[in-house]
Amino acid sequence: MEFLTRITELTWLIPLLPALAFALILLTGRKGPGQGAYIAVAGIASSFVLSLLVIAAVLSRALHGHEFEAFAHSAPWMTVGGLPIRMGYYVDQLTAMMLLVVTTVAMLVQIYSIGYMHGDKRYPRYFAYISLFSAAMLSLVIADNLLLFFISWELVGLTSYLLIGFWFEKPSAMRAAKKAFIVTRVGDVGFFMGLLLLFWYTQSVNLREMFAHIPAMMSQTIFGLPALPVAGLLLFAGAVGKSAQFPLHVWLPDAMEGPTPVSALIHAATMVAAGVYLVGRMYPIFAFEPHSITLTVVATIGIITALMAATIATVQNDIKRILAYSTISQLGFMMMGLGVGGCGYTAGLFHLMTHAFFKANLFLGSGSVIHGTGTQDIREMGGLSKKMPYTYWTFLIATAALAGLPFTSGFFSKDEILLEAFHANQTIFWLGLVAAFLTAFYMTRLMALAFWGEPKNKEIHAHESPKVMTRPLVVLAVLSLVAGYIGWPTKNIFHHLVHFGEAEAVPFSWTVALLATGSAFAGIGLGWAVFMKRVISPSVFREKLPWAYNLLANKYYFDEIYWAILVVPLFRITAMLNGFDQKIVDGMVNGVGRVTVLMSVVWGWFDKWVVDGAVLLIGAITKLLGRLLRFTQTGMEQDYVLFMFVGILMIVGVYLLH
Amino acid sequence: MNHWILTLITFIPTLGALAVLCLPKDKASAIKWTALIFSLPPFVLSILLWTGYNFGTGGLQYVIQIPWIKDLNIHYYMGVDGISIPLIFLTTLLTTLSLIYSWIINERPKEYFALFLFLETGMLGVFTAMDFFLFYIFWEISLVPMYFLIGVWGGPRKEYAAIKFFLYTLVGSVAMLLAIIGVYFNVHTFSIPDAIQKLPFAGDWTMQSLAFIAFFLAFAIKVPSWPFHTWLPDAHVEAPTAGSVILAGILLKLGGYGFIRILLPMLPDAAQFYSMPMAILALISIVYGALVAMAQKDMKKLIAYSSVNHMGYVMLGIAAAAAANGAVADKAMALSGAMMQMFAHGLITGALFLLVGVIYERTHNRDLDQFGGLGAKIPVYGGLLSFMAFASLGLPGLAGFVSELLIFRGALPIYTVITALAGLGIILNAAYLLWMIQRVLLGPLNPRWVEVPDVDRREVISLVPLVALTIFVGVLPALLINTFNGPIMNIVKAASMTGGY
Repeated sequence: MEFLTRITELTWLIPLLPALAFALILLTGRKGPGQGAYIAVAGIASSFVLSLLVIAAVLSRALHGHEFEAFAHSAPWMTVGGLPIRMGYYVDQLTAMMLLVVTTVAMLVQIYSIGYMHGDKRYPRYFAYISLFSAAMLSLVIADNLLLFFISWELVGLTSYLLIGFWFEKPSAMRAAKKAFIVTRVGDVGFFMGLLLLFWYTQSVNLREMFAHIPAMMSQTIFGLPALPVAGLLLFAGAVGKSAQFPLHVWLPDAMEGPTPVSALIHAATMVAAGVYLVGRMYPIFAFEPHSITLTVVATIGIITALMAATIATVQNDIKRILAYSTISQLGFMMMGLGVGGCGYTAGLFHLMTHAFFKANLFLGSGSVIHGTGTQDIREMGGLSKKMPYTYWTFLIATAALAGLPFTSGFFSKDEILLEAFHANQTIFWLGLVAAFLTAFYMTRLMALAFWGEPKNKEIHAHESPKVMTRPLVVLAVLSLVAGYIGWPTKNIFHHLVHFGEAEAVPFSWTVALLATGSAFAGIGLGWAVFMKRVISPSVFREKLPWAYNLLANKYYFDEIYWAILVVPLFRITAMLNGFDQKIVDGMVNGVGRVTVLMSVVWGWFDKWVVDGAVLLIGAITKLLGRLLRFTQTGMEQDYVLFMFVGILMIVGVYLLH
Repeated sequence: MNHWILTLITFIPTLGALAVLCLPKDKASAIKWTALIFSLPPFVLSILLWTGYNFGTGGLQYVIQIPWIKDLNIHYYMGVDGISIPLIFLTTLLTTLSLIYSWIINERPKEYFALFLFLETGMLGVFTAMDFFLFYIFWEISLVPMYFLIGVWGGPRKEYAAIKFFLYTLVGSVAMLLAIIGVYFNVHTFSIPDAIQKLPFAGDWTMQSLAFIAFFLAFAIKVPSWPFHTWLPDAHVEAPTAGSVILAGILLKLGGYGFIRILLPMLPDAAQFYSMPMAILALISIVYGALVAMAQKDMKKLIAYSSVNHMGYVMLGIAAAAAANGAVADKAMALSGAMMQMFAHGLITGALFLLVGVIYERTHNRDLDQFGGLGAKIPVYGGLLSFMAFASLGLPGLAGFVSELLIFRGALPIYTVITALAGLGIILNAAYLLWMIQRVLLGPLNPRWVEVPDVDRREVISLVPLVALTIFVGVLPALLINTFNGPIMNIVKAASMTGGY
């Protein structure tokens, strides 16, 4: 106990170790152990072990103590205008859960990557980036203040950019990376403004100090609007961007251009869940009152996203894109859970954990499939179950968990969300059931086309992946199966650990459980009937409802709409302003210059002909006189003698005349 | 010694310039080494200045005040505080790095290096001078060498750019000279601290307003704020690389420094009255600069317009600090952010101009559409350019973020709507910088550049200190912030005491 408490004082090392691995890989490059891969794995493995110890400390304190007190420590960072800002870590049960998820998945993905990225020309760089990601993600998890949270949030965004565009020679990859960064940054500006607003009203960035100010903030307004929901919704804008929620979800499917292990780690299990974690971490800001406007927005966005993405997933053919839309949909589920309030908080975060395991499993499995077949198009696959047994069985287990089949992890967490929705909002509950049905359907379709039946493309000779790739799959499959049991309805340990306020777990409901299970089986049944038994032709949807099919196949035309109403006008404006800058603003400067030059010409003329003219006139007169007088100044003696003689004559003449 | 350290820092470069002028013009190597060696003592001394400054006492230190022109009460008066020290450090650092980068200059090196050192004296003089007369002289001195650097070693339209730069800035200088004379006749001193103490034109609204506008014009042109910015893209595009570095890194800061050193404390009532228009100009600079940057096809012009955007943040911080409403803590944050942004922008944009120079020297191309795929071909260059682009778009952990955080946080309670709209700049910055990275580094390699070599040792030496400082300041900003916290608190507190109009 004493030892465990002491060990939490090393929590700051958890993000630092992968950061050191990053620096070390940069320095050693190809000469590093395993070309950097071993450094990366060693870094994240040490973080994993340390995290386990910290988690043990949290558990021992949480399960024995009455009032849980978080492990926290901070150090001064800077003081501006008399306001001190401190940086530190904060470990409670929620932190512990996230530490478990992030370090486990990150470690497994990095091991898997040793095989998957083998032979890549930028192999060390890959491991450097993924170590940097782990460092940033872990510092996000343990941040004790919203500023460090935001800093880490942006840094995971950077690594996401770098890894989506890892094969940047491909124009599609480079565009996807840029799109991901810019779209999420739109949300991030909201987050930033929310952070500033809270920092302004509470005079602190520290989470606990912020929360302590909530009662005072209840009565405060900004532009006549209550300040607390404004701040909450601004923060939520960040979560919408990062967790790919409607309407900022468009970046995530494109992000599949990145290497598949990256999709598993960053774009399925951890970074995209950071938005959910943000809502969970800042929950007091959101749930300042039951059914607050903020929570309603969260739940609404969540269910819209869950349904929208699930429908799109039913008609996609790229294995990774199906999973990407599935991820968006499941993140919507989590938001929905958090949004319905009460124990939905627990349910949403529980789903974050189980989803991380089974979705990472699915992505790594799809990576194995791509590795083995060389294609991502499920229409070209088929019959992989025999050729890739490890991949197949682990994929199957994770699919069951995603569909929410009983006794898999996904069942417990999804059921909990639906149960909360059932009590809070019937509309959301029924729409959630539809999403659950669709989830089971599109996953069955994927299984049927990729793994079952006969190979469709005879040229593809699928083979199982190496052990370094299949072993992590097995671990994740086990987790996908068992991770749900800590949320067993009658003895919910997870709820005991992670809950908001005094909310008691809502009792298990057979109605909800049966409806949820029923919708899952209905989805599987329909999928089986269409894609295995061919009772209904797979093309019936396309033929009978072409407009609906096209709508889904084109992802509701979001990209096209954004292009038309945002990107094109933006380019028009920039071009227009550029012209304005050169022609008008600079034109005025040059105009002033030209006028000055013109004026100088005019003045020059005036100067030459009037001012100087007068001078010249005087000069000319003088000159004329001078010329006349010059005759008297010849310099010759005989002339002077002559003048003198003439002068004397004249004087004598005048004298004589008088 | 303490009295003479500022004189030494300011005039050692002049000695260097004279030494360079004494060398025969065909000994290029000797000229370069001489210039570099003479640029080092000011750099070392600026660090000693920083470490030796007594933050407990605060105020002006290392002061030297000798009567110069007795009849007019003009002194040779120099002194520094926490506001000037970081800028002096930045000046000496960027000059040394620019000289290292300029090793490639082989066209009339003697004149080039001598002018560069004269330029350093001018800039350092502005930051150390505490007498208006002296300040004005250095302000003008810094103009002339840059005029020649652009006009002689510049690109195709160098004459136009140089004369535009010179005349435009001169307009501001003349306005400032009139204002200085006006202040002198009002308070009968050329000493900047005395003038601040005596608050010139107190109660005379017309005169105070006129003086404000005159100073404002000089500083706003230098910053440059919209709509006085159009000299900047031309000057940058035509200037030689090292000239652009100094232009963006230091010369623009003279404007921001003027605001903070002179305008805010000396004419607080007028500053308060005009703070809202200033904030609006700042907002326009931020959004407009970013939008126009996005339209550029010339890489150097893109960076130039990004300076309009980034210096707009500085203006926003200054405007917030000058405002009538708002708590002292908020204003102090805004002004600290502005100072920090000046420092960060000097590091980051300086480096970006170096990087444009590096690629231009290899390809003789700056057209963004002609590049492509260089990231795979020259990875070290790609890494440096990406790093600096991310620093420029305000990536947390790097210098630019802390300044943006403080400016936005400080300005938000004071100019809520303007600050919220300025947030648009954050998105646009990311858009045009990432698009720049994409067009230069990513995608398939343009076959024209298969022979392009990666950065060499000279370039690495001139860039690495900037990278290191960008990280250092971003991770541990306290060192920098504590440096100017004292004087900034004084300015802000004094500004809050003013009655305004």
